[in-house]
Amino acid sequence: MKKGISFRQAFFTLLKRDLQIAIRHKGDIFNPLLFFILVVTLFPLGIGPEPQVLSRVAPGVIWVAALLASMLSLERLFKADYTDGSLEQMLLSPQPLPLMVLAKVLAHWILTGVPLILVAPLLAVLLHLEDNSYGALIATLALGTPVLSLLGAIGVALTVGLHKGGVLLSLLILPLYIPVLIFATTAIDAAGMNLPYSGHLAIIGAMLVGSLVLAPFAIGASLRVSTN
Amino acid sequence: MVEKNSSKTLLSANQLTCIREERILFDELSFEITAGEIVQIEGPNGSGKTSLLRILAGLSRPYAGDVHYQGMNIIRARDEFNDDLLYLGHLAGVKSELTAEENLNFNLRISGYDKFDTRDILAKVNLAGFEEALAGHLSAGQHRRTALARLWHTNCKIWLLDEPFTAIDKKGVEELEHLFLAHAKRGGCVVLTTHQDMGIIGDDILRKICLEYRFV
Repeated sequence: MKKGISFRQAFFTLLKRDLQIAIRHKGDIFNPLLFFILVVTLFPLGIGPEPQVLSRVAPGVIWVAALLASMLSLERLFKADYTDGSLEQMLLSPQPLPLMVLAKVLAHWILTGVPLILVAPLLAVLLHLEDNSYGALIATLALGTPVLSLLGAIGVALTVGLHKGGVLLSLLILPLYIPVLIFATTAIDAAGMNLPYSGHLAIIGAMLVGSLVLAPFAIGASLRVSTN
Repeated sequence: MVEKNSSKTLLSANQLTCIREERILFDELSFEITAGEIVQIEGPNGSGKTSLLRILAGLSRPYAGDVHYQGMNIIRARDEFNDDLLYLGHLAGVKSELTAEENLNFNLRISGYDKFDTRDILAKVNLAGFEEALAGHLSAGQHRRTALARLWHTNCKIWLLDEPFTAIDKKGVEELEHLFLAHAKRGGCVVLTTHQDMGIIGDDILRKICLEYRFV
């Protein structure tokens, strides 16, 4: 009975389990995606079909919808584990907690972030996004949605023990989301005007690296506080 | 490590005070648990049994006092302690979307075990034939057994079990008691809470820590 699991194996074991659970619980994947699609398709109906107006608001609409979709799906990140006791077992397992947490956030991003990135270019057609903005749209979503998942997970970890943590959660994490939103939409606008946008991307990239390194520790510490 | 005698202190609580909902559950509680002991925490509902167990596991922080594992504070030596700890709370930690086998496989791997035969272990808890069944479709007792199966494949010395006999039938309780005795004989310790009388573990072996319900 030797203990011989490497950190990498532990990471992938948890990642695989979370993906497996989500596949058997398909609503978890489709709800945020459906929300995203609905919001973006309702916008042209609401503000009229003029191409100029739509292409002006397209980056903002897509990003705000993506941000809200990601926030809607966040609550489930630790909730089920908290109610069935798996979270306690994760906190007491001999594996490093930040690593476990990172695996859970990665699983969450694969299930909610990646589908958004794949659907966004199709929805951008509905909003008459400028032709040269598509690259920037995909790049900002690819770099930005993991930041949303990582930062959001800190808020979820802090509120997981509360019965009605939803409102508090949005108050906690929306301010953290705003910089990502600003830099992402200005990058897409800049690309639409044929201006360089690599600076914006670099800042979102820096946010991603920073949150990738620091958020797992913050999430782990928050979970220990929440289960106290 | 030279000291390998049976009276080695595995877990010691020093002056633990716990306050919940502005009520003192226990204060300045101190005890030591040595290798080979089976300890039952006794007390009426709401007297703080689960709180004490969670404090011993390092899940909750006491209002005052600390817990030591082989002389080290469990908060500071968390990695060593978690490596030697098996905690089963009253929530089983079993995912209802996964099968019994997948649950056990995950629980063991996350505890660090590499080579094991899940079917063999599930057969020991009378779940042979239910390996492929989703845990959500199992009965309450079988659900509990899925979580308890970990006890049959572990080399952790410290077992903290919150109501392990809930929903388990008489024969299952007997099997668990035999397992506890064997574990204690190997130099481990078991701390459990239960309201059931145990048949095999007699009062001569069992040590009791009594908590009282206090009105303050």
